[in-house]
Amino acid sequence: MADFEPVLLRRVGRPLDIWAYRADGGYRPLEKALNELQPPQIIQMVRDAGLRGRGGAGFSCGLKWSFLPKDHPGPIYLCVNIDESEPCTFNNRYLIENDPHQVIEGVLLACYATRATTAYLYFRYEYGKAARIMQQAIGEAYAHGLLGDNILGKGLNVNAYIHRGAGAYICGEETGLIESLEGKRAWPRIKPPYPAVEGAFRKPTVVNNPETLSCVVHIIDRGADWFKSLGIPSSDPARPERGSYGPKLYNLSGHINKPGTFEIPMGITTQELIDKYGGGVWKGKKAKGAIPGGLSTGILTAAEFDARLDYDDLARYEIMGLGTAAVTVFDEDTSIVDVVYNIARFFSHESCGQCTPCREGTGWMLQILERMRAGQGRREDLDILADVGDRIGIIPGTTICGLSDGAGWPIKNAVKKFRAEFEAYIKSGQKKQTVSLALAHH
Amino acid sequence: MAVLSEEIKQKIRDHFPRYPNKQAVTLPALHLVHDTHRYVSLEAIREIAELLELSPAEVHDTMSFYHFFREKEENRLGRTRLWVCRGLACMLRGGEELLTDLGKKLDTVPGSRTKDDKISLEFAECIGACEGAPCVLINDEYRLDVTPDKQDGLIAELRQ
Repeated sequence: MADFEPVLLRRVGRPLDIWAYRADGGYRPLEKALNELQPPQIIQMVRDAGLRGRGGAGFSCGLKWSFLPKDHPGPIYLCVNIDESEPCTFNNRYLIENDPHQVIEGVLLACYATRATTAYLYFRYEYGKAARIMQQAIGEAYAHGLLGDNILGKGLNVNAYIHRGAGAYICGEETGLIESLEGKRAWPRIKPPYPAVEGAFRKPTVVNNPETLSCVVHIIDRGADWFKSLGIPSSDPARPERGSYGPKLYNLSGHINKPGTFEIPMGITTQELIDKYGGGVWKGKKAKGAIPGGLSTGILTAAEFDARLDYDDLARYEIMGLGTAAVTVFDEDTSIVDVVYNIARFFSHESCGQCTPCREGTGWMLQILERMRAGQGRREDLDILADVGDRIGIIPGTTICGLSDGAGWPIKNAVKKFRAEFEAYIKSGQKKQTVSLALAHH
Repeated sequence: MAVLSEEIKQKIRDHFPRYPNKQAVTLPALHLVHDTHRYVSLEAIREIAELLELSPAEVHDTMSFYHFFREKEENRLGRTRLWVCRGLACMLRGGEELLTDLGKKLDTVPGSRTKDDKISLEFAECIGACEGAPCVLINDEYRLDVTPDKQDGLIAELRQ
């Protein structure tokens, strides 16, 4: 099937312990970096490789590192964002459960490059298994002199701690994560200052995603040119930094024959991913559409499945970026109203409540969709949904963080792309049996 | 009357060296108490605050943000917390029906526990195990592909 030899997932099925990891060549890139490279050279290599953050925003990793103040007396912190809560996304869980030491090696390289001395690995609460596997790996790394003081005798000092969340999506927003780490409500901060200048405990902080950090290991091992040989250059020659390079973990879920995590060079088309890796749509049916990168990125119709899953091409279909590269397919018999209702319910539940437009707006959108599913939809509802979606978020400038941009975007997208289906649904006055168990607590 | 055992207090103190201040130990402390007591009482909040050198209001402010923690004894958790995923990937493969079925079979509703105190039922926003939808979380470990034929076995296992 695959003509590409996995890199990030090359050790899936191999033992998780540090002895096996080292026997497979692990921690050699770290040794190489400590012996041969100065921190600024590592940052330059990561920039040259064109590595963009895998967590959702796609910001240049090397550039992010370069924003740290020079000659800061410290401490500098690294926060590893394992609050992987974008619905239908699980690639980092899979990565950690199958190769925790690769992530630790990435953490160490990032700490060396940025001069961070403490790494907090913020796990969403639901990732108990991954957190325990990581805890074991961290213990092994300490025992082998790969964490703690004077790592590998090279004067590098790094401590790593696991910090577990408590079931809140907003903790994946980097300043929400920092607030949560500090023991406060996870209310995102107004930026600037950005975390690189003033982050955790008011010190310079880098927040990175585990897959991004794992990519760094292989950039050091195989070089920036190797990384750039995978993927697709920018379509705009004037903006070369917009390229999509390197291997990428893709998730597939929903109405698909073989859901899972697949490592593929950046830029496979949606259709290819579904057919070649996912074994096609289940039950021999046709797809109606797909969410290409986590709920907040928007919705592709089946006619748009030629879209490449990279940082660039999805914009052709008004999709808000690659997101988490988590593709969820729904078949031709699925009601678009159900899909959008599920999305609205999620964001309404997960709005942190700090900014009124988001707290209220996500609730209004959910109420409208609930009404629609109760057979009482009105024709003007579609315009109201789009209007609310337009007015909440950092794009219109009404909120502190991007949660509500992500809440409004897929709804606006769906109303525009599936308007005829929505109108027919409203006109028919059909009632949908909604699971509406009384909630004692929530 | 003090409610935190010396053992829990020591476990909380053991976290102090990891962070530059004690407030950062709020979530770890709440987890430790919640796991053991199955809820975090006002008295427990007061004692956590004393350990962390915070006001009880600060600890409560943080705790109440995360709907995760139970505050009242009458609403404490059962022995096992069973989270049913209602994310999109699960909804597409029977997640909503799974939540309804388990509610009926356990004779409880999300947010409550069974009469024998053994199982607390919850709904979860996507738990990140979508390759095995519909899925559940048993405390904090996922169980994949909980198809209708597996519901009774799951309940029997958790009731043991």
